[in-house]
This record gives sequence, structure tokens and C-alpha cells, in this order.
Amino acid sequence: MQIDRKTRFLTREEAIYFGLLAAVIFLILPLALDSFRLNLFGKYLTYAFVAIGLVLCWGAGGILSLGQGVFFGLGGYAMAMFLKLEASTPEATAIQSTPGIPDFMDWNQITALPWWWEPFNSLAFSLIAVVIVPVAFAFIIGVAMFRRRVGGVYFAIITQAIAAILTILIIGQQGFTGGVNGITDLRTLKGWDIRTDEAKEILYFVNAVLLFACLFAAQYVRRSKLGRLLIAMRDQEDRVRFSGYDVASFKIFVFCLGAAFAGIGGAMFTLQVGFMSPTLVGIVPSIEMVIFAAVGGRLSILGAVYGTLLVNWAKTTLSESFPELWLLGLGALFIAVVMFFPNGLAGLWSEQVMPRLRKLFAGRGAGARPPAAPVPANSASAPDSPAAKAAAE
Amino acid sequence: MTDFSKPKTPGMSRRAVLAGGAALTASLFAPRGLRAQDFPTAAVNTTGLAVTDSTVTIGILHSVTGTMAISETGSVQAEKLAIEQINAMGGVLGRKIQFIQEDGASDWPTFAEKARKLLVNDKVASVMGCWTSASRKAVLPVFEQHNGMLYYPTFYEGLEQSPNVIYTGQEATQQIIAGLDWVNQTKGAKSFYLLGSDYIWPRTSNKIARKHIENFMEGCEVVGEEYYPLGHTQFNSVINKIKLRKPDVIYAIVVGGSNVAFYKQLKAAGIDPTKESPIVLTISVTEDEIRGIGGENVEGSYACMKYFQSLDNPNNIEFVKAFKDMWGADMVIGDVTQAAYLGPWLWKAAVEAAGSFDIDKVREASPGIELPTAPEGYVKIHENHHLWSKTRVGRARMDGQYDVVFETADLVEPNPFPEGYQ
Repeated sequence: MQIDRKTRFLTREEAIYFGLLAAVIFLILPLALDSFRLNLFGKYLTYAFVAIGLVLCWGAGGILSLGQGVFFGLGGYAMAMFLKLEASTPEATAIQSTPGIPDFMDWNQITALPWWWEPFNSLAFSLIAVVIVPVAFAFIIGVAMFRRRVGGVYFAIITQAIAAILTILIIGQQGFTGGVNGITDLRTLKGWDIRTDEAKEILYFVNAVLLFACLFAAQYVRRSKLGRLLIAMRDQEDRVRFSGYDVASFKIFVFCLGAAFAGIGGAMFTLQVGFMSPTLVGIVPSIEMVIFAAVGGRLSILGAVYGTLLVNWAKTTLSESFPELWLLGLGALFIAVVMFFPNGLAGLWSEQVMPRLRKLFAGRGAGARPPAAPVPANSASAPDSPAAKAAAE
Repeated sequence: MTDFSKPKTPGMSRRAVLAGGAALTASLFAPRGLRAQDFPTAAVNTTGLAVTDSTVTIGILHSVTGTMAISETGSVQAEKLAIEQINAMGGVLGRKIQFIQEDGASDWPTFAEKARKLLVNDKVASVMGCWTSASRKAVLPVFEQHNGMLYYPTFYEGLEQSPNVIYTGQEATQQIIAGLDWVNQTKGAKSFYLLGSDYIWPRTSNKIARKHIENFMEGCEVVGEEYYPLGHTQFNSVINKIKLRKPDVIYAIVVGGSNVAFYKQLKAAGIDPTKESPIVLTISVTEDEIRGIGGENVEGSYACMKYFQSLDNPNNIEFVKAFKDMWGADMVIGDVTQAAYLGPWLWKAAVEAAGSFDIDKVREASPGIELPTAPEGYVKIHENHHLWSKTRVGRARMDGQYDVVFETADLVEPNPFPEGYQ
């Protein structure tokens, strides 16, 4: 029984939680919200991809990356480049000095499409690039860092520096990247207008399906032996190494997986919002994404999704109601969460709400089955590392 | 420190002062008020905008938080002043203007999100907003898709002409060409060193400047052209190069916080703008920026734009007084703030010319709309949705104001897609 519980893909309890989230995302939100708000939630959900990746890397693996915006951005830019090329037909850009190239290139006196833009004329290539480019980049970073046993705070700082460098690169090379404006005015995907309300609704559901695919992938990793090794590495890296495991390879793998999730999220962001810009690549969005995961609970993949939705919803609502004060409100929310619920919403649920619910129903099932052990990953006491606190602050 | 706090409903005494100012302005702006009952809502609003029998709702979309807040606050204040004044004189087609303010938070996706919210959810009849080109580019597809009307106040790089935007600031050629001709003709300047922050506006502006200097100004040349990232603070190397090349004019389009470092280092390196060797000419430093840079650092530099707070005409004196009454005596008013103030007035004039709030009709009525009461003087909307306006050159004073030393005789035609400058 115990063994079964641990190796099964989903425990009964987890299945219920997955079902609840699916109900929220596939039924409640679409039914309760108008098209504009639904599109907003679609945008929030694209950040959830990153937050899930962070739960794997940071919560389970102890690898705190403050540069996930880089992978989000790379995925988003890959998608944006395809859409921009499709929007830049010679007819649509007839007023330019060089028709047929993206408008920002023309503004920067570039007269031919750069060679590395050419492949993005192909949708298939672009879709592959959405995943492969962030993964390849994460692989390079991972090999460079983890093989040298760089970890902890140093790794966090380096990823943050990479986010800063990439932002400067994108802004500086504006003739090729659109600079600070980003790649804007994206219109159609293979002739399908992505700006209409119907398109936004379809994209919302595509996004939701992909999110669940990533959630299942993350759940699979956590259930696998790899997932247990990750937790072991987080808690006692040297022991895992002495046991004969190649620690670096596992870290590289999970870091790449997080990057792949982020890249998919970035591409869905581009499709739903209609542009991509360096403001989504830099340090601030990267840290914000860590905050989403922290608020939701960095040990729980579902918590990360709820955390992302809650923080972004609060951000939008507060900024609409109090345009001049909202940042203070948001700051207070973060401080409250970090101070009182270090394990985020998921921790609040499993430590405060669930025990009470159990007590309430104790009369019925107490004798029939042993008290349900908390989900392994949740029960593994998270070290309140300084890095975690620093990030959450 | 600046007092950025702005009461949504001013106190009694302030309101009284305002009403006085507004009444004065009212007499200036329109001789008679229009009555709402002459314009039934069903007739003036056929597309479901937020118009009732007594009110009309518009949006204000600027950054009040984040790095751009310091620049955009002036625009928000000017727009609120214009709305107050319009309401005091009876509103638009007899309807009081209400506004919904949204914060773009200096973040371009947020601008797009808020623009969509204003147009789709709030159904606003027009939006006064945006400041940076990046934010305008982000919201542009939203305005075109949902057929909104944006009044955009900033001087900018041109190369754009959207049916859904009225550009109340100058586009690049208006701002640049007159200033270059002036410095050439009155100061005999022949060689120019171009530099700027690295993004689309300075680059495009310098492209136009270079073309004009090389192709249209006899015997003139560009001796250097350089760009620095936004927020850059080390200008020593370029200052050394400037000293080496000895240009007649340093043509600087540095923006934001970089300005402080640039002008301080320029002065520290012995290039004192008051000595005019070389002449420092800029298109990016308004009175607002001088507050950050410090008057002592920019004193003697020339700026080329369409509006200075010190302009001496009755409209402007009225406007400066009303602005200070509403927002505080220590406020300064820069070029963009004035352009933002024009937005609600131009919209009102177009709505009343069209006799309708419908976006399509307002758009149709917009070209040719005149505003003889603009603080900068007379302006008129061109077919291409930009404004005919005069270009002026001001010389910075120690106290942060400009002395206007030159003004074009005629209005300068806006030309967002200049032939021969591409």
C-alpha cells in the first residue's frame, strides 16, 4: 500500500486537486469571465508555465534561477519572429524603403532580412525553436555552471546577470530585434487572425491544454526516481554524489525542462498578447516569476499555478482601482505571504486547512484507513534557505 | 521635491480658484455652451460608447508608477486640467467628461492590457495617453482593432500615421530641421556631432538630422555619431572625442537619467554651454528634465521644440496660471505637458464639429480642426493626424526656464514620412 502510494502517478488526493484546477481553468473561468478578462487570465497562465518550471528547479531541485525570463523571452521571440515575418508582406509594408522586411528593420536602415531570420519564415521551424532554443541555451548554461559545481546563490546571481545581458543585447541590436519597443503589431498565424475575440478564446484553451501537459510532465518527473534524486540533491547534494550519481546531469536536465516550459509559455504569451518585448526578458520579470512560485508555494506545482493567477489578478485589480497606490498593496501582499506562509498558498492549504478538514471528517473514515500521509514532496521539509527568502522578498 | 499628489476632487478653495480660471478660459475657448438635449444620445453615439444623456467617459492611460512616472505625471496633470476646464464650460455636446485613469506602470504589456480594458470594457470615447514610443507601439494594434481614438502627446520619431491616433506632439522633421537651419544661419555652425540614447527615437531623429545636414545644408558635415544604452552614465569617452573633433555643434538626444550624467560630465570636462564653443543643441531636454539635471548644468544649451513655459502670449499665461493653481506653484510645464493639454481640447473640437461621439465621425472631422486658444499659439490638425505647429529654439537659463530666441515665421507642416530623409 505504502509503496503503491509513492510510485503511482497520481494519488487519489492529487487527482482531486488536478481535477479541481482543471475545473477552474476549463470551466469556471471561461464561464464566469468576459472575453477581455479571459484573455487576461490567459496571459497570466503563460507565466504559470515558468512558475511550474521553477517549482521543479527551485522547490524540488534547490536550483534558484533568477533568469527564467530569458527562456520565456527566447520562446516568445521565436514565435514573434515568425508572426512578424508573416505580417511583413511586401504589400503590407509598401510604404517602407525596403518593402517585405519587418518595419523596425526598415527604421534602422537595414535593407535585407538577416540570414538568421530566414528560417523563421517556417512555422514548423519556429515551433521547434520555441522549445529548442531555450533548452539549448539552458543546456549551455547548465553545463558551464553545474559541471563546475556552481550552485546556490552564485547560480542565482549568474542567471540574473544573464537576464540583464540578454536584455541589453536585445535593446542594443534594435535593427535585428526591435529594440526597446520589441516586436509589435503581430496579426495573423498562417492567415488566422489572432486578434479577434474568438481567436483569443481558442488560444486560451490551447494554452490551458499545454499547461496541463506541462503539469503532467512535471508530475511525472516528481513521481519518478529522478524526482526523488532531485529532492535528495537539494537536501544533501554530497551524499547523492557519493552514492555514485552524476549530480550535474540531473541538474542540467531539470534546468532544461524548466527552460522548455518557460519557452512554451513565452510563445503562448506572444500569441495572446500580440507582441514580445525586452521588458519580459529582464531581471524584474524574472524575479516576479519567482515570486509567483513563492506565493503559490514553491513545493507544489499546482500551488504555483494558483499563485501566478492570484498575484497577477491582484496586480491587475489593484492597479485598476488604485492606479497610484497599487504597488504598495502588492508589496504588502508579498511581505505577508513570505512572513506568515513561507511555503506559500500550498503550504497554507496542507498545513492549516487540510488538517482541520480531516479533523472535521475524522468521525467517518478514521478507522477504515490510515491517516493519509501528506504528499511526499510536500512533507519534505523545505530548508528555509536565505536565497529563498531573499528571492521572495 | 515635486508634489505629485493629486486630489481627485480638489478642496473648496482650490475649486473656487479653478472655477475662476476655468470661467476665464471658458470665455476664451468657446463663446457658447452646447446643450445636451439638442444632441440626443441615440444620435450622437451609435456605436455603444460610454455616453449618457449627461456624461461622456474618456480614458487616461499613462504611467504613474515605474521609471516613466516622473515624465508622464505632467501629462496626466495637463489632461485633468483640460477636462476640468471643459467641464466648467459645459462639457462636450453638453455632456460632462468623466475619466477612467489607468496605470501603464512603465511596462508595455501592461499598456496593451489597459488599453484593451479601456476600449472593450469601459467603452471610452477617446483615450489620452502613452508617452514612450514603445508604449504607443504596444497599444497601437489594440486601438486599430477595437477602433479607439488615442491622443498621443510626445514628440516622437514619425514613420507612423495611424487612423486611430492624433499625434499632438511634433514628429521628428518638425522638431529637427528648423533648429538645424537656425543654428547654421544665425551661428554659422558647419560641423555637427550627433549623439543619443540607443533607441528608435534618437536614432531616427539623428538619421533625419544627418540627411538634412549632408543633403540640404551647404558645406556642412557630420563629424561623429554615437549611441549609448538607456540609463548609461559614462560619457567621458565621447566627450574626449568631441574635444578632439571640435564640432561647432553637439547635437544631443540623450533621454532620462543619462541626461544628468551627460551634462555634468560635459561641464566637468570644460565644455560650458554658455560659451557656445561648441554650441549644445538638444531636442530632448524640456523644463521637466532640467529639474532633474539642474539648471546650473544645462545653462546656455539650446533646445528645439514647439513649446516653452516662458512663451509670452495670452493663451499661455492663462494656461500656466491655471496649471499652477491646480497643481501647485512650483510645477514646471514642458513641451509634452502642453501637448497633452491639447488632447482633450482637440477631441472636444472634433466631436462638436462632427456632432457625434462616434469614432469614425470624429476621425473624419479631425483634419482641419483648429485650436486658436492653444498655449503654444495656433495649431491645426493635418490630414496625416499630426499638428501644424511652430518650432522654437529656447536657451536654458539657470532657473530651469528657457528664453525663446527663435520661432519659425509660419506653422511647420508635419511630415511623418519625409521624402529624401529615409
